Amino acid sequence: MNLKLKALKKSLWVYHVSAGSCNNCDIEILDLLTPRFDVERFGIILAASPRHADVLLCTGIVNKKCVERVKEVYEQTPKPCVVVAVGSCACSGGIFRDGYQMAGPLDKIIPVHVYIPGCPPKPEAIIAGIVKFLKELK
Amino acid sequence: MNMIYFFAWFIFSFIVLSIIGLLVWWIDRKITARVQWRVGPPWYQNFADFIKLTGKEVLIPEGSNKFIFVFAPILSVIASTICGSIILFVLMNSFGFGGDLILFVYLLTIPSLSIILGGSASGNILASVGISRELKLLLSYELPFICGIIIPALKANSTTSLIEILKFQQINGSNILSFSGIIGFVIILIASIGKLGLVPFDLSEAETEIAGGSLIEYSGILLGFYKLSKAILFVVVPLFIVILYLGGTQITGFGSFLIFVLKYLIVVILITLIRNTNPRLRIDQALKFFWGWLTLIGIIGILITLMEF
Repeated sequence: MNLKLKALKKSLWVYHVSAGSCNNCDIEILDLLTPRFDVERFGIILAASPRHADVLLCTGIVNKKCVERVKEVYEQTPKPCVVVAVGSCACSGGIFRDGYQMAGPLDKIIPVHVYIPGCPPKPEAIIAGIVKFLKELK
Repeated sequence: MNMIYFFAWFIFSFIVLSIIGLLVWWIDRKITARVQWRVGPPWYQNFADFIKLTGKEVLIPEGSNKFIFVFAPILSVIASTICGSIILFVLMNSFGFGGDLILFVYLLTIPSLSIILGGSASGNILASVGISRELKLLLSYELPFICGIIIPALKANSTTSLIEILKFQQINGSNILSFSGIIGFVIILIASIGKLGLVPFDLSEAETEIAGGSLIEYSGILLGFYKLSKAILFVVVPLFIVILYLGGTQITGFGSFLIFVLKYLIVVILITLIRNTNPRLRIDQALKFFWGWLTLIGIIGILITLMEF
């Protein structure tokens, strides 16, 4: 197996993109980074800038104002990077799918690798989703 | 012949320092995790981080000065490695030259200066806020840092050579055992936290306010170079304090080597605990703290040293 890929799996730096969410998923992501769940044992830490990030945790329906910003953040992230859609809204649109501001679920805008449904998903669910993805990644 | 010898020494110390530095940085992260009641990362975490960064894409922002943007992180690694090779030379070969203390202090400012260079070359607004803070911080912590260096230099009969300071302590006992030594140790410990850019004084990289500050535009291996130079400084600065105040040791056998490692780890753990129990200061508070109290105490310490306590 490739050494760099192995290292990437052991050290994911996360950048949190909020594309018009209702803040529930964002609160769960904040919970994820507290000492109780301690994702640093998997090497996951929060990065301050998309330039440092390997993972984009995207929440919320992507509304029309956010489309350009989400694309820009995706382009600013150095590849290889992983995009994770957190919450029902980012996966499919959720209860806002018929809303006038809806510009599509996230995978219409940028390629998405992991879907974590739930409204909001528990921190355990987010950890389980990312760990499952890392096992599949080759 | 001499040139080749020094170059080989440089490469050797680069490899040794980066391995030790990344390991010590893990100790720092692990202690942080335990203080916060967490489990913490595994021991190879920093190696994984660095190898991952070598495999990432390097993005050079539009409108930046490309040469300085690429050159600054490399300069940072080179300068910190030269500092480390001087320290290793002093410790292992017991060789030094007059004035290497002054050279060392000069070289130690270059990693901070290269962060300022790289940040200003990237052309980002948040980076410019970061570099203005880094510049003010550099000006403020240098004064107490130099106070902390003058005290052991004065004790060892006004020398500017690291090896003389070591020899003086081997004859007369460690500097920290005297009253002025304790003052100087506390001052240089706090100033070196500013030098390493750790939490009470990490304003230039403040992640929660200015999103990584001066490093905001760096990605891939260039960011890795900054991390590496920080890891090397994590070895160099505590070793410098050990040499100045805790007497280094002449490494003669396994026992003395163990005592030496223990002294080094005590300094690292002190720095880590200070960083874990303090919030970040504002830049004006940091400036007042360094130029007010710490420099005042430093000058008192120098006066006490001159009165030979």
